[in-house]
Amino acid sequence: MRKAMSVILAAAMAASLAACGGTSTTSTTAESTTAADSSVAEGTSAAESTDTAADGDKTGTFKIGAIGPITGSAAVYGTAVMDGAELAVNEINAAGGINGYQVEYQFQDDENDVEKSINAYNTLKDWGMQMLVGTTTSNPCISVAAESAVDNLFQITPSGSAVECVENPNVFRVCFSDPDQGAASAQYIGEHQLASKIAIIYDSSSVYSSGIMEKFVSEAANQNLEIVANEAFTAETNTDFTTQLQKAKDGGAELIFLPIYYTEASLILNQANQMGLDVDFFGCDGMDGILQVENFDTSLAEGLMLLTPFVADATDELTQSFVSSYEAAYGSTPIQFAADAYDAVYAIKAAAEDAGLTPDMSVSDLCEGLKTSMTKITINGLTGDNMTWNEAGEPVKAPKAMKIENGAYTAME
Amino acid sequence: MSFVSYLINGISLGSVYAIIALGYTMVYGIAKMLNFAHGDIIMMGAYVIFIVVSMMGMPALVGVLAAIVVCTLLGVLIERVAYKPLRGASPLAVLITAIGVSYLLQNVALLLFGANTKAFTSVVGVPALRLAEGQLVISGETIVTILSCIVIMIVLTTFIKKSKAGQAMLAVSEDKGAATLMGINVNKTIALTFAIGSALAAVAGALLCSAYPSLTPYTGAMPGIKAFVAAVFGGIGSIPGAMIGGILLGVIENLSKAYISSQLSDAIVFSVLIVVLLVKPTGILGKKINEKV
Repeated sequence: MRKAMSVILAAAMAASLAACGGTSTTSTTAESTTAADSSVAEGTSAAESTDTAADGDKTGTFKIGAIGPITGSAAVYGTAVMDGAELAVNEINAAGGINGYQVEYQFQDDENDVEKSINAYNTLKDWGMQMLVGTTTSNPCISVAAESAVDNLFQITPSGSAVECVENPNVFRVCFSDPDQGAASAQYIGEHQLASKIAIIYDSSSVYSSGIMEKFVSEAANQNLEIVANEAFTAETNTDFTTQLQKAKDGGAELIFLPIYYTEASLILNQANQMGLDVDFFGCDGMDGILQVENFDTSLAEGLMLLTPFVADATDELTQSFVSSYEAAYGSTPIQFAADAYDAVYAIKAAAEDAGLTPDMSVSDLCEGLKTSMTKITINGLTGDNMTWNEAGEPVKAPKAMKIENGAYTAME
Repeated sequence: MSFVSYLINGISLGSVYAIIALGYTMVYGIAKMLNFAHGDIIMMGAYVIFIVVSMMGMPALVGVLAAIVVCTLLGVLIERVAYKPLRGASPLAVLITAIGVSYLLQNVALLLFGANTKAFTSVVGVPALRLAEGQLVISGETIVTILSCIVIMIVLTTFIKKSKAGQAMLAVSEDKGAATLMGINVNKTIALTFAIGSALAAVAGALLCSAYPSLTPYTGAMPGIKAFVAAVFGGIGSIPGAMIGGILLGVIENLSKAYISSQLSDAIVFSVLIVVLLVKPTGILGKKINEKV
């Protein structure tokens, strides 16, 4: 009896596995149903679907997934990525899609947690994701990149800046890498002679923060900058920074470099103010979002400088139209992460059009095509003019610095 | 001069740990359970103050009182719903329930208030004390926290020693069965303990967020765990022990940050804890097992 049972079970299992294997037929039917269901069928895709009968599986949609934290302490970043990418997808769909195919978009929350990020990735894969915009933060991105390498699924992270994020050939990024940000910050401070004595406060439990710090320290030597204090904190000791600030004060620092996220930075600014510490502060892209902290006394952030490639009050036409449609759709001013995600989606579009991809191709074939074309395309994005990508997956563009003046970001010369 | 300054910073951090540890140790001393949700009740209290003071524009005192009322009700409710049905269960089951309540509170807060960091407006109106031509700064929050710690410590000790309800608490902590036979309502007494513990959490929330003005649904979690360590350090169940443990923890943490390594400060704090517990297993002021509280 038991034996018979196990034979039946084994047979059922084999049948279900076979069903999994035969994706080409099942998924095609599924896609054509969604295409028929979707009421936003554009002229082009309608034209495509007319010759469906002749060619069988030429219709369909590209499925772009995105991952980031929309809850938890890094929620500002994930929300911006979610909205920025969605805006780009909507625009692309309204303009006729990618190669004439509409784009479907789904976002999953990962709470900036490595395991939840893998779960989010698997959820999106079950949904039929073909390209991934994500993940938003570095630590989860590294783990998800390891998974996507196994699946050979094309991934472009808007803001995962740790070096390891783009280790695999299938992953690209829009933002600068941590070392690049660290080096660029040191060069910027050195070239503009903002200060000669510098203190650093960084989060040693974060890849992002320690990555920037290391490169900053080595580049500072070339720029004749003296590091008078290099102090760490961890995720467990991230409330009290008075000791680190005191050491910076004792060392006579003129500028404190903060390669950290905005939540801790808001506390540091507050405590420095209480101590009567009169120094300049300089941050990287993680600082972006500090003005959005509810009830935060923005006068504390006055004079804060940060290296960020996007600023909402820039006057060029692309930024202006992006900001106005973002504000209309989501009711807030976009931060750099939204711009990164917007550029990421347009990079996918440009590369997919360059390679002439269609949604019926396998995930792996799409990835191969996108990988080759990414190094050929040049896009004028929100986060840089004439952006190109090298084979390592790194973007090539010029860094920009911003300063907070009168409670708003202002571009620095 | 720097040393004094580090010491003061340590005391100010430690006083925050101490005031949280008071609530932990109070509940443990009477109910003999680790209320891991304590840190999250603190966070809830801070949100109540944020809503009343920063959003409704009421005076700080009203905010603190509102937080005390809300936290007390919340504490009694949690005890009634989550802990009371488990009165006879193993301590492990209660511990896991407490961790569950902690996550529940965090996620409810996420749902209600969102994940975005909120900057807390200090409820302390005392100006900072500037000594030695501004070289040494003792913030108003530190002064108020230490004073509140001492006041709470004295009031609690007197309450337990002198009042009838306090005596009932002592009796319950020593032997629940015997206390019932003596006509003490054990359930009521434990509920009262939670009410007091949660009211203390509201005060701790006000002071924690005034000293470190960034409020998220996870604000209470880490200080809660540190305060638990402080309570064990000082001798869990002992009210003066919680205060001494808290302040020592803050001072050790800050001095090791300043003089040894800012990366290793936590490792050093916990090494000290291990050494203390090896020498004195019940903590600095802990009493021997046979004479509880």
